[in-house]
Amino acid sequence: MTFTFSAHVPDRDVDVTFTVASGETVALLGPNGAGKSTVLAVAAGLIRPDKGEITLDGRPLTTTGGSGRHAWVAPHDREIALLAQDPLLFPHLSVLDNVEFAPRARGVARSRAHATARHWLDQVGVAELADRRPSQISGGQAQRVAVARALAADPRLLLLDEPMAALDVAVTPALRQTLRSVLAERSVVLVTHDALDALLLADTVIVLDRGRIVEQGPAAEVLTRPRSAFAARIAGLNILRGTWHGDRVQTPDGATIQGMVDGDSPRDGDTAVAVFSPSAVSVFRDPPGGSPRNVLAARVTEIEPHGDRIRVRAAGLSADVTAQAVAELDLVPGAAVTFSVKATEVAVYRS
Amino acid sequence: MARVHRDVGVPSWIFVPAAAGAVFVLLPLAAMVTRVEWGSFFELITSESSREALLLSLKTSTISTLACIVIGVPMAVVLARTEFPGQGFLRSLVLLPLVLPPVVGGIALLYTFGRRGLLGETIDVLGFQIAFSTTAVVMAQTFVALPFLVVSLEGALRTAGRRYEVVAASLGARPTTVFRRVTIPLVLPGLVSGAVLSFARALGEFGATITFAGSLQGVTRTLPLEIYLRRETDADAAVALSLVLVVVAVVVIGFARQGRTAL
Repeated sequence: MTFTFSAHVPDRDVDVTFTVASGETVALLGPNGAGKSTVLAVAAGLIRPDKGEITLDGRPLTTTGGSGRHAWVAPHDREIALLAQDPLLFPHLSVLDNVEFAPRARGVARSRAHATARHWLDQVGVAELADRRPSQISGGQAQRVAVARALAADPRLLLLDEPMAALDVAVTPALRQTLRSVLAERSVVLVTHDALDALLLADTVIVLDRGRIVEQGPAAEVLTRPRSAFAARIAGLNILRGTWHGDRVQTPDGATIQGMVDGDSPRDGDTAVAVFSPSAVSVFRDPPGGSPRNVLAARVTEIEPHGDRIRVRAAGLSADVTAQAVAELDLVPGAAVTFSVKATEVAVYRS
Repeated sequence: MARVHRDVGVPSWIFVPAAAGAVFVLLPLAAMVTRVEWGSFFELITSESSREALLLSLKTSTISTLACIVIGVPMAVVLARTEFPGQGFLRSLVLLPLVLPPVVGGIALLYTFGRRGLLGETIDVLGFQIAFSTTAVVMAQTFVALPFLVVSLEGALRTAGRRYEVVAASLGARPTTVFRRVTIPLVLPGLVSGAVLSFARALGEFGATITFAGSLQGVTRTLPLEIYLRRETDADAAVALSLVLVVVAVVVIGFARQGRTAL
């Protein structure tokens, strides 16, 4: 599977080009209004770009505005499934009938469609809800069913439009874990404004700003070392990888960090990642004594302005501080500092 | 969904005109009931001409309701789901029978399908005549009842939105499958109440029917026509039949309310 996308939609001032390789998950990361959903709508065939060329495995889905032949494949014929922010389960059908919808629409025999639906409901962990009505299940459960329904369509490409944005924060970690497992081998375009989703679900991250790509590359790289100020503001994350010991993550160079475990708790010796935002980091010249915070000693490597903040980098981590703090602490490259972050600001994942 | 208790309330004076309106609607019905000759009621409504009129009314109203569904559903879908130049103007024209005096509708039908009408000769050649037949009754009723179905279904379609249809299409369902398995089930309450309103309008049809179909007992004389004719000669029978029509209408409204709360 190879998906190539190139479209210009002047109405919404969106001009974006990218490709998705087989088995790759590409995250489109950007604030509201950046054009993320427009890209998905064009890919799904819901919007015709003024100029564009979209192909799936060499088959032209949308070709407009060029000198060559125009092509247009209707949404139902694209083999691209769209999962929206809201589950949008058909309210008049049971959960099982919802998941069976795609195979049945393709003309698959009832018994086989049944088996497919049961399989996917099981995969997303809601097999016991098969006979319920959508109105009788929770929002998180409904989104799982919607995932199962999209997967039952066996799409070549799956489009996810902020699949966790409408959910209670309490259920997002578990759904994220489920998505990680079911999306692993699939080709996916994931739209999100949450850098964590991008980090945990995507291989490649594309940062969008006002309809243009401002940065793209491997997820970990774009998210931890964004090159542009814009990407840094929305995508900048601190990520520490290590192993789980007791109640904390221990990095190979001996630092330990405590945080809030997101999803299943890791076991001793599991590899784990600790993630926190640069804005959650406080910077000290002397180690703060008697504090329950995580402290990491390092030497400043870079200082650069990011919007109205100054980003201080040390030992591969970033901290956003005010210009006043930089002056008061006399922060210059080479200065010894202590980065401090509250355990409640750190998310820990088993990886 | 839980019932929301509104503390804001309504101005208290508003109950006075509201009550006056309710009295205005209900008092004439009550007055009519007081005039019913209960002793001969059953006899009056089961006379041959009454029975024929009632059966004809139920039969033609049912057929014209089905005709409204067959042509009205596609019309509502086209109006709600597509865009083309002049659509707004076309919508107003389609809804014209709603505001047109039914007699005018009857004359229009007569000059279209009548013997000397626009299509009259063509129909003559085909070997049958529409005007002054039961077919004409059905056509007159469909003509006046159609906007009721189109309006309520178009509203339901717009309220339901396209989101579910988009999902269904992205799951690989063809437009016909989407229409059958998603669109129609979602707007079923609107379709039911639209059909009930159409049935009620067809049942009460008078002006277009008498103009286009005439008043032949057992062929085109529906219950409203029968009541109007009897009023001259046999007021008791007219009152009794009117009560029958009121009962049928009340039953129909009951169905419409149920249809609206069914889903």
